[in-house]
Amino acid sequence: MAVDESRADPVEDKSWISVTINGSKQDYLVEQRLSLADFIRNQVGLKGTHLGCEHGSCGACTVIIDDRAVRSCLMFAVQSDGSSIETVEGLAIDGVLSPLQESFQANHALQCGFCTSGFLMSLVARLREGPIDTESEAREALSGNICRCTGYSGMVAAILEQSNSIQGIKENS
Amino acid sequence: MKSAPFKYYVPSEIDEALELLYQLGDEAKILAGGQSLVPMLNYRLLSPANLLDINRVSELKRYSLTDEGLKIGAGVRQREIELSPEIELAFPVLHQALTNVAHVQIRNRGTICGSLAHADSAAELPSVMVALGAQMVIRSGVGDRAVKAEEFFKFHLTSDLEPAEILTEVHVPKLPAKTVGAFEEVTRRKGDFALVGAALLGQWDANGQIQNCRIVCSGVAPVPLRLRFAEDIVNGTDLSDQVLVNVQQSVMDSLDPTEDIHTSSHYRKIVTGVVVRRGLSRLVDQRGAANGSR
Ligand SMILES: Cc1cc2nc3c(=O)[nH]c(=O)nc-3n(C[C@H](O)[C@H](O)[C@H](O)COP(=O)(O)OP(=O)(O)OC[C@H]3O[C@@H](n4cnc5c(N)ncnc54)[C@H](O)[C@@H]3O)c2cc1C
Ligand code: FES
Ligand code: FES
Repeated sequence: MAVDESRADPVEDKSWISVTINGSKQDYLVEQRLSLADFIRNQVGLKGTHLGCEHGSCGACTVIIDDRAVRSCLMFAVQSDGSSIETVEGLAIDGVLSPLQESFQANHALQCGFCTSGFLMSLVARLREGPIDTESEAREALSGNICRCTGYSGMVAAILEQSNSIQGIKENS
Repeated sequence: MKSAPFKYYVPSEIDEALELLYQLGDEAKILAGGQSLVPMLNYRLLSPANLLDINRVSELKRYSLTDEGLKIGAGVRQREIELSPEIELAFPVLHQALTNVAHVQIRNRGTICGSLAHADSAAELPSVMVALGAQMVIRSGVGDRAVKAEEFFKFHLTSDLEPAEILTEVHVPKLPAKTVGAFEEVTRRKGDFALVGAALLGQWDANGQIQNCRIVCSGVAPVPLRLRFAEDIVNGTDLSDQVLVNVQQSVMDSLDPTEDIHTSSHYRKIVTGVVVRRGLSRLVDQRGAANGSR
């Protein structure tokens, strides 16, 4: 009745989970109190997901789960069983930056980069819902994440450039 | 590890969840969206021996919009309700309030019922539910009971829920024809809990006068505060500029709001007056539309 006995280890308080991370599916044995963020960083070894506040305020830990951007510090790894997780490592393909990452670089949208992976994942999820056409929409899209050193102007420019070029491609095709 | 150890239970049926709650008593905490609970576990402000995750109870994941109104199950995320165009049309005030709850990333996990059960005095949804005359459907091993939103909130972070109970659903009755509404708030930063918020509803009659006005504020008192004295001032008036000035003054004269680290009681009082006036002006903006063909 409690945890599915076949997949839980009652002594260690661990459970087996099966997750797809950046397209590859694997099983992991996780301690039930392990946060999704610590799981991604320390057990899967993907250190691009950063931890700032660990209580939901900063957005540095944002990842995409089943197409929705979420705070990975506010979930337990065990809760992600069966889901598809995307992290910043999934954006570049064979070392070639994604167009949004390119725009970030070209528009000086980062300085120390600590916050960047969280912003990118929030924006990737948002841009899948539709284009961002105005500065105020861009600022709204940025509002769930905090950057403590660059400021947001470069990011706004990067988003608008990105959104325009996606639209341009659609209109020209 | 951020959280202290706990035993993790993930039932797939409500009855299983209730049975577990009954056995574990107040040694257990329900985990819904986790957007308020997990920060407290991470800080170790709470260290419950058992966590009961209700995210896999499929029966709770439903919502329905019918002629009677809206029913939202405990597993329904805030973002799902926000994104429904039908709900936005039927309950614009709920939609507006939701867009003010935290950030998209948090609404993607946070549940409507979780916010109500959490009963934060600054949260948007409790005030909106009081304004809408919603009912909480609460289940325990003994059966269901229904509690009016107005009686559900007891104090800051305290509701009428007992440890062995689950808030399974919230029911929002259908609004009378020609109802207009608005949600207004003042926050320091986008996505923060509001210093003060106000949910307003009313109906314009054929003479261009507002009737049955409801004004419910968050952030002002330990529970959502219905400003009946302000409702009495505005009901039966055309909400002229003079009426708005009078209400704003009366709100500032009558209230003695909570003082906390975010702001003083004095400033909150001024902000409440402003928020109520702004909300009423938004009802004025909808006067023409409401008397059209709805
Ligand atoms: C950075 C940040 C900003 C935020 N800003 C806002 C804001 O501006 N406005 C706002 O309103 N909220 C805000 N929140 C809180 C957010 O809205 C939460 O989602 C909500 O308060 C709780 O819902 P949940 O589903 O996440 O509940 P959980 O965190 O899972 O649970 C909260 C509490 O309710 C209990 N509970 C949950 N569901 C039930 C149930 N069905 N029956 C009985 N008990 C239950 C839990 O045991 C726990 O005690 C913010 C959160 C963060 C992290
Ligand atoms: S580390 Fe998760 S929101 Fe800050
Ligand atoms: S680039 Fe340094 S915090 Fe954002």
